[in-house]
Amino acid sequence: MDEYRIVVIGVGNEYRHDDGVAVAVLAELAAEGLATDRLTLCDGEPTRLMELWEGADLAVVVDAVHSHPGEPGRIHQVTVDADHLLADPLADDDAAVGTHGLGLGHAVALAAALAKLPRELLIVAVEGADFSIGEGLSPAVADAVPRAVAEVRRAVDERQADAPGQ
Amino acid sequence: MTHRTGRLLTVGALARVEGEGALHVSVRGDRVEAVRLEIYEPPRYFEALLRGRTYAEPPDLTSRICGICPVAYQMSACRAIEDACGIVVDGQLAQLRRLLYCGEWIESHTLHVYLLHAPDFLHLPDALALARTDAALLQRGLRLKKAGNEIVEVLGGRAIHPVNVRLGGFHRLPTRAELDHLATVLRQARTDAEDTLGWVAGFEFPPLTVQHELLALTEPDGYAIDSGTPTGALAGPFPLRDFEHRVREHQVPHSTALHATLDGQAHLTGPLARWNLGSERLPAEIRALAAQAGLGPRCVNPFRSIVVRAAEVLWAVTEAQRIIEQYEPPPAPAVPVPPHAGTGYGATEAPRGLLYHRYDLDEAGFVRRAVIVPPTAQNQTAIEADLLAFVEPRLHLDDAELTRQCERVIRNYDPCISCAAHFLTLTVDRS
Repeated sequence: MDEYRIVVIGVGNEYRHDDGVAVAVLAELAAEGLATDRLTLCDGEPTRLMELWEGADLAVVVDAVHSHPGEPGRIHQVTVDADHLLADPLADDDAAVGTHGLGLGHAVALAAALAKLPRELLIVAVEGADFSIGEGLSPAVADAVPRAVAEVRRAVDERQADAPGQ
Repeated sequence: MTHRTGRLLTVGALARVEGEGALHVSVRGDRVEAVRLEIYEPPRYFEALLRGRTYAEPPDLTSRICGICPVAYQMSACRAIEDACGIVVDGQLAQLRRLLYCGEWIESHTLHVYLLHAPDFLHLPDALALARTDAALLQRGLRLKKAGNEIVEVLGGRAIHPVNVRLGGFHRLPTRAELDHLATVLRQARTDAEDTLGWVAGFEFPPLTVQHELLALTEPDGYAIDSGTPTGALAGPFPLRDFEHRVREHQVPHSTALHATLDGQAHLTGPLARWNLGSERLPAEIRALAAQAGLGPRCVNPFRSIVVRAAEVLWAVTEAQRIIEQYEPPPAPAVPVPPHAGTGYGATEAPRGLLYHRYDLDEAGFVRRAVIVPPTAQNQTAIEADLLAFVEPRLHLDDAELTRQCERVIRNYDPCISCAAHFLTLTVDRS
């Protein structure tokens, strides 16, 4: 019915060092027992992302990002909705566009074209330093995990407090 | 020396294939001297890291080779290890495995048809453009793909890298309610699959004929997916235990992935091979619908592989419906598979073609040796040969158009380069 649905999705690969930051963030959120309708990891493949966030009132996607020049551990928050899309992800993108090469930007654009965006999409992105093969986060990124956890929890708590009927 | 004018064309990436690699085309005058599909991703050493692991681990470990076809790896690994241990999983457990595999075929093929391949035929740059052109059409594709995902999730425990498969069967059986839900989903999927077949049948297909040997599993009574006898169109059927004698892997200087030949000749596995060797054993209603879509018992144009994939999705949906309808819960989720020293062989039909596993086990059940021959490795030589045949009569095209058409040819094979590589850059060297 009118239930307010929240999903939290972590995108990343824990075997590529800092790309696994979302795995660490979601592990903490799960341990804390964050109250959401879905708390799940995803490989970032756009159709899977769309399926996970479809019909949600709030979808929070936690992901690692490159930044040049970067500041490892810095956290960015971006709110996306159909009226405020990211720039066309293909416009300046010559990266591979297999399903492995499609990124979050493609997923958002595709979801917008198909009217499959959640009502509110919040991206919590943590800048990484090392995306080479191997386990473990860089110190600065590991330090950012509790802050990213807090950001996700705050967003979820705020929306739940504001949600109709809650 | 003759005067030489060199032309070098580089494309940043070949779009819409699974993985990363490079294609190099060398042209001299009006002749194509060489076509090399280069895979330069470092080897992943799966066969080596499996040594010393316990015999129950390869299904889960090898499923990590690929995010698109993990079920294929699980099924081939289970079959090979159970073969070594002298166990045959049959009855309803075998049917549930087949159901899981149908889910992967639906998911993988639909992804390729709608998101990767169809834009070529519609003169669109990608699936995003397709979504913006005809959202309802792509919605149908995603709905159909989701039906496959749901099957994998119910049977496999999760949609990506399923965890519910084990030697002898499953960790957990699906409930009747879960299967009833799948049956509901599959009713819509059946309609979507028929519509998909009708849709792709209307595409225009450039002429190109596969010249080489075809290899697929065949079954006496049906379309092979989770078992069967390796069968060459020319070589005929041969025992699975002879696979490594007939299908020989070899290294080439330009690729970190092994190439393979069947009896010394390039061969192709995958939808075209399956169709030519097995379509006559499909149910009559599927054959009739395929015929309406212009697919007879033989199909040798790689561009028409999209139609074959659509027909295979339709078959997988109906097969999944049949299995669910006839399902009776088995007495246990799995049959015991005690370790046994010996060698076991397993082969199944991954969406992209025949996937072979062999394991040598010791008395305690440790893996002494593992051999994995994935379909894309087998197909590389054939892809190169087809590209060579395709490019030569089109050398009059400018580099941009020739490149675009080469990319189309490669997508016909839905290569899963990601099993070995991660980026495809195209270079045409004209001198």
